[in-house]
Amino acid sequence: MQQIPKDMFEPASVDLSEAEKISRPSLSFWKDVRLRFRENKLAMFGVILLILIVFMAIFGPMMTKYDYATNDLVNANKPPSSEHWFGTDDLGRDVFTRTWEGARISLFIGLSAALIDLFIGVVWGSISGYRGGRTDEVMMRFADILYGVPYLLLVILLMVVFDQGLGTMIIAMTLTGWINMARIVRGQVMQLKNQEYVMASQTLGANTNRILFKHLIPNSMGQILVTMTLTIPSAIFTEAFLSYLGLGVPAPLASWGTMASDALPALEYYPWRLFFPATFICLTILAFNVVGDGLRDALDPKLRK
Amino acid sequence: MMVKYIGKRVIYMLLSLFLIVSATFLLMRAAPGGPFSGEKKLPPEIIANLNKFYGLDQPWYIQYVDYLKSVSTWDFGPSFKYKGQTVNDLISSGFPVSFMLGMEAILIALAIGVVLGVFSAMKHNKWQDYAAMVIAVLGISVPSFIMATLLQYTLAMKLDLFPVARWESWAHTVLPALALAATPMAFIARLTRSSMLEVLSNDYMRTAKAKGLSRGAIIIRHAIRNAMLPVVSYLGPLTAGILTGSFIIEKIFGIPGLGLHFVTSITNRDYTVIMGVTVFYSILLLASVLLVDILYGLIDPRIKLSGGKKGA
Amino acid sequence: MSRLLEIKNLAVSFKTYGGEVQAIRGVNFHLNKGETLAIVGESGSGKSVTSQTIMRLIPMPPGRIKSGEMLFDGIDLAKKTDKEMEAIRGKDIGMIFQDPMTSLNPTMKVGAQIGEVVIKHSKVSKAEAKKRAVELLTLVGIPFPEQRVNQYPHEFSGGMRQRVVIAMALASNPKLLIADEPTTALDVTIQAQILELMKDIQKKTDTSIIFITHDLGVVANVADRVAVMYAGQIVEMGTVDEVFYDPKHPYTWGLLASMPSLDNEAEEELAAIPGTPPDLTNPPKGDAFAARNPYAMKIDFEQEPPMFKISDTHYAKTWLLHPDAPKVEPPASVQRRMRKVDNVYSTPVLAAKDGE
Repeated sequence: MQQIPKDMFEPASVDLSEAEKISRPSLSFWKDVRLRFRENKLAMFGVILLILIVFMAIFGPMMTKYDYATNDLVNANKPPSSEHWFGTDDLGRDVFTRTWEGARISLFIGLSAALIDLFIGVVWGSISGYRGGRTDEVMMRFADILYGVPYLLLVILLMVVFDQGLGTMIIAMTLTGWINMARIVRGQVMQLKNQEYVMASQTLGANTNRILFKHLIPNSMGQILVTMTLTIPSAIFTEAFLSYLGLGVPAPLASWGTMASDALPALEYYPWRLFFPATFICLTILAFNVVGDGLRDALDPKLRK
Repeated sequence: MMVKYIGKRVIYMLLSLFLIVSATFLLMRAAPGGPFSGEKKLPPEIIANLNKFYGLDQPWYIQYVDYLKSVSTWDFGPSFKYKGQTVNDLISSGFPVSFMLGMEAILIALAIGVVLGVFSAMKHNKWQDYAAMVIAVLGISVPSFIMATLLQYTLAMKLDLFPVARWESWAHTVLPALALAATPMAFIARLTRSSMLEVLSNDYMRTAKAKGLSRGAIIIRHAIRNAMLPVVSYLGPLTAGILTGSFIIEKIFGIPGLGLHFVTSITNRDYTVIMGVTVFYSILLLASVLLVDILYGLIDPRIKLSGGKKGA
Repeated sequence: MSRLLEIKNLAVSFKTYGGEVQAIRGVNFHLNKGETLAIVGESGSGKSVTSQTIMRLIPMPPGRIKSGEMLFDGIDLAKKTDKEMEAIRGKDIGMIFQDPMTSLNPTMKVGAQIGEVVIKHSKVSKAEAKKRAVELLTLVGIPFPEQRVNQYPHEFSGGMRQRVVIAMALASNPKLLIADEPTTALDVTIQAQILELMKDIQKKTDTSIIFITHDLGVVANVADRVAVMYAGQIVEMGTVDEVFYDPKHPYTWGLLASMPSLDNEAEEELAAIPGTPPDLTNPPKGDAFAARNPYAMKIDFEQEPPMFKISDTHYAKTWLLHPDAPKVEPPASVQRRMRKVDNVYSTPVLAAKDGE
């Protein structure tokens, strides 16, 4: 046996209370989410893309001396040049200016639809989820039946019948669009309402509104954000779809959808007229999808490292 | 059990259908230039037909009931704009074409989507996974009609590899089916992948390995079978997407399907056709969602007997 | 007594986001034919990793067998390829996992899942495999086996499902059965049934069993020998009598003291071992248990203790058994249980090879 000095066998002072210390620093929920989101290269790319597009939507039309509606038939259908960076359309209008005006419209539609869906959906879903029981059953049954109505068909019908315009379109989209958000919020609320801090709050005498607004809804924010981020590209898609059917915003207003649809007949000869709006439709949808995905992954507890 | 499950779904379906049929009726009455508005700038034969069908001289609630009756007997009435043609005529001439296009697209989307998804899951976190998922995100982000235009412009117009339009041979079906299938294929790939990843992390996969089964047997018999369940559920929304996607695809490629008739009727404000086709489509969609639900109930043994006996 | 399984110097690590986790740091033990060895330890001690390494179920990356041999009937399992292991898994070694709710495929009939094993290892027809499945269901005590063989897992209760899992593991008459906490997820009454079943089967088939658990009560019930694991090492090993009535390692004392017992003094508090196991990405220099050990000496923080031999079958890895170490008294509740055990050496000897 190796020689070990006798004093090594004296009792060591062990502070057992030290043993209960936790070694790793803990991160707050949102900080963790932000960190994980930032690691997602694709999602960060999406964020940058979105910032660029929004920037151009705001400042793009001011960058040229052209106006989105002024006709200049002499210069109709000219390809991109130093004069007209994106070329001109069949009425001689500058495509660059119209693209960024169109960006404003398309983004506005997307955002409005998403926000309205948000409000109706959050209210409906949180009440239904929190109340539970009969109220919940009735509210969700109604939503289920409404959900059974094919979304695009309903939107088309409404656009056919009523005056075409921004307002009609947004109303048409949100008529059944809120149901998805309502379901998600309801799911979250039902999960959360059984947690102890809700019970504590109730014991302290908080009324329903306070519980909903201070506890349940903020804690569902993650899922709400994700759903909203993924609703916007869907609305932009629907707007483009309607435009292709001739049900888009009326001239001379331009949305990406109407610009692309107008460009179709002469595609072979003037491809730039389709190229720019179509590309930006795709890029914007891509950006929102990728950011939405990134958010969803960053919020997923199972993916914590 | 099973009957109750189906029964409930059928009732919901009928309620939704009722909603949409009523909505079409109401909207018809509200439409400017519709048969119920004052402007009778239409040829007298059409007015006569419409009157006969809609009983325009009768109070609206009787018209409503009559309308419901005729819908339930599969009679959608005369076309607003095409003299002598009924909506049913248009449906029977156009639907088979659209059906074929749709089926092709569904098959492509399923076959390629599932394979891509499984492949991605097996190569999780390696470059193949990442690449496949980036392609999938692109597929989801490019609307089908833009994809259609892109394909038409590059492969047909510029490279002359496929015919540009019309519906005359197998070659004519390729580009439109691809355009229709692109987005659903991407969806299915992502769905399959995440479903596979979830299944692969389950305990019974470890049990299968502990039994000494070969890798192939484990993947096919245990993993894929369970991973496919969400994909089957997706068949409902998939059908809806392909159906609505066909409107514009048929327009872009000049395919004489029901979608094209629908789009034309929208542009022409041919209200009876719009209504009739809308109702027809709704029935189609709701029926396919129901069928998918039943199919899912058959495949997942947990659904089949839930509510029935439980093991001792 | 011939040895079915010999684990020599096994070391297994995992490469992770946070570093290299040394899950198993030099483990030695053996299993004789026909006996039941219990491996006890808290979460993170390495007991599950050990059993899964024997079956080579650990994905390698991120896992890695850094050193050691696993001799099963003379064959080193550590050197086998995955394909070679396929012939052994399910056939010579069967495994039962913890949670019966999730260890069965929900979309596959129970009979088919059992039959799979039989078909893979004995090339019989589907009909014969089904017959065998019914036999096995009878063996594990499931009533109406001819009907139940066609049912799905969700139609069985938890205890019944675990019986199915046992049937699956025994399908090819394996020499070794590894049970990884098979009763932890079950009700106490069902637990007792399953344990009885396993003892019964062992008597009938003479299978050797490795039983992994954190519950000492279960150990007393089923095991012949016990190995206590802590932080990836075996800290004490012996027959059930030796470990329960003459434990030598402070961790074992802690485990025994924290067991509620009917003859506790009324006012005595239940002793718990304070703190948590060490972070295995950075294992401590000396004795891994030192930071939680009220009997720790200075040397415990400096050098890892060797394995000391207390009898031919009883080993413990603690400096307290060194001739120069002070004599310490285990906690009162442990002392009360202690009894004279035969064949003990007058002074502990340094083990020539760990666990020999």
